[in-house]
Amino acid sequence: MTAEPDGAPWRRLDTRMIAVTPLSGALRLLPVAVLLLVTRQGDVVGRLWVPLGIALALVIAGVVRWRTTQYRITADRVELHTGWLRRQRRSVPRDRIRTVDLTSRLVHRVFGLSVVQVGAASGSSGDGAGLALDAVSKTEADRLRRELLDRSAAITPERPARAPVDELARLRWSWLRFAPLTFSAIAGSGAVFAAAFNLFDDLGVDPRDVPGVDDAAHCLTAAPIWLGVLVVSGVLVVVAVIGSLLLFAERWYAYRLTREATAEGGALRVRRGLLTRRSLSVSERRLRGAEVVEPILLRAGRGAQTRALATGLSRDAQGGALQPPAPRAEAHRVAAVALREHPGLATRAPLRRHPRAALRRRLTRALLPAAALVSIAFAVGVAVPMPWLGPASLVLLPAAMALAIDRYRNLGHQLTARHLVMRQGSVQRRTVALQRAGVIGWTFRQSVFQRRAGLVEVEAVTAAGAGGYPVLDVAAADGVAFADATTPDLLAPFRARSAR
Amino acid sequence: MSAPPPALPLRPPAHQVSPRAVVWWRLRALLIVLAVVAPQAVAALLLSGTAPGWLMATAALTAVAGLAYVIVVPPLLFRIHRWEVTAEAVYTLSGWLVREWRIAPISRVQTVDTEHGPLQQLLKLASVTVTTASARGPVTIRGLDEGAAAELARQLTETTQATPGDAT
Repeated sequence: MTAEPDGAPWRRLDTRMIAVTPLSGALRLLPVAVLLLVTRQGDVVGRLWVPLGIALALVIAGVVRWRTTQYRITADRVELHTGWLRRQRRSVPRDRIRTVDLTSRLVHRVFGLSVVQVGAASGSSGDGAGLALDAVSKTEADRLRRELLDRSAAITPERPARAPVDELARLRWSWLRFAPLTFSAIAGSGAVFAAAFNLFDDLGVDPRDVPGVDDAAHCLTAAPIWLGVLVVSGVLVVVAVIGSLLLFAERWYAYRLTREATAEGGALRVRRGLLTRRSLSVSERRLRGAEVVEPILLRAGRGAQTRALATGLSRDAQGGALQPPAPRAEAHRVAAVALREHPGLATRAPLRRHPRAALRRRLTRALLPAAALVSIAFAVGVAVPMPWLGPASLVLLPAAMALAIDRYRNLGHQLTARHLVMRQGSVQRRTVALQRAGVIGWTFRQSVFQRRAGLVEVEAVTAAGAGGYPVLDVAAADGVAFADATTPDLLAPFRARSAR
Repeated sequence: MSAPPPALPLRPPAHQVSPRAVVWWRLRALLIVLAVVAPQAVAALLLSGTAPGWLMATAALTAVAGLAYVIVVPPLLFRIHRWEVTAEAVYTLSGWLVREWRIAPISRVQTVDTEHGPLQQLLKLASVTVTTASARGPVTIRGLDEGAAAELARQLTETTQATPGDAT
């Protein structure tokens, strides 16, 4: 293809997509096909011609999709045209591109292809928040990744094959010990159970027909109830652990965090995945901070996970993860390295404690609902004769108290040379280091009760991550001083005279 | 805590909203009270005789509480709600039980929207919403006079268009 006068030439997706699109479609229909064959439903026409027809439709759809999809990268836009009967045109300004994400599922990998997902800041001009090229060859994907993140890069293929790369972290298999401590452990066990159940269901087998299962069930019902509970929960734990280990391995196999030099000052790149390979690149110019997240189990195991706060990252659970669950010190190190800052000036900064009034507030907010639940339990226990319900619910009170105290102990904030550092939470403790330059506004919130206690919630508004990061229950004067020190020009005109 | 309770050491924004906003807040509250009370009253009347005694009681209670809100709260809201736009920032104060101070720098403003609801049109009022790049950052000034809102939106749009960059 030759260059058109008005810019870059239009390019097509990789030719191999003609085969990959029908194949992935067929794989998705595989369970149905197996079911049809196994259960011998329908006559010969149904069993033979329907699948053939579906296959033909899939192939045609694949060809049409390939023929009608075009993309190009001009000096200042990325454009994608798709669709046959319903044509779609997407266009993303290149200066709004925040992230470039490469994903290869199994079928794509077999054919050496990669999906390029371009993440952009959603703006006012009506441009979509990004686009996906599904899919191009691996070398083309890598070229696109560098070209889109590095605006100065020439569009010619004669660039040096490798940009200078700095390795910041890589997988240690000892981190597998943190896998069962994450929430995905529960999700993983659920997935294992669902898969097993589906398999039985699809095959039309009642689990009770499997020899041994019925006997085991009999033994369980005959045994005392505590033994049954023990055995069932033991099985659940084992399945959860296995599921979480598998999930961890699938997600984080071959994990590497690197920094590549670009004309704009570098980009962070996370590569990972066993079956599905992923590569997430974040331009450092778009990085607004980092957070270290410690869900309660992970915290108990002295582990933590680091995420990047960047504009244009997806907000799902995996969005922006810079590292698998890792030892706490390692997580803080990676957060600091990603921010090019000393850990003591980022997420490891010594934090300022919040006033005692904050502890009282935590206590009332935890104990009042717990007390309400306890009184309901007592009332229900009397109404329905379950006399143990009320006394048993009393355990909620010390639990709520411990939660409140821990929540108070975790509260903290500090302003360092380049970052605001904030920490809060107990069940999910988060330590956020947000760049001072990334703060684009403030929200102060004060309820009647907070007003009486002289406290305020200060939320730093930013374009990245959750959009706002609050400092809970800080003393009113300190909260305003903290915000003012972070963005001196913004707040000064609105501070009360007497406070200055 | 030692008296007086330490308030937030921020001065309130300079301008109040339109006095007609009090009428707007009253009407809105009144509609909600009606929507809650009317079904109870209708049910009580239809089932007169067989209606449980507590139905009249709850209807009366919600009506009294609602009317008290309609009478007392809107003037309070008017006293609290304030706004200010300087060359550098948009600054608002709103809320009643939970007060909220919001500050957004003009240089980060992406869009300026003016909105007139049906009640607001009736009273010639408007709300102006200023959106920044953050999902949590929109600043809304409610209950402005229509003319003032249009002028404010025009002025804000002009200022933001003069600012280069994509405001993230």
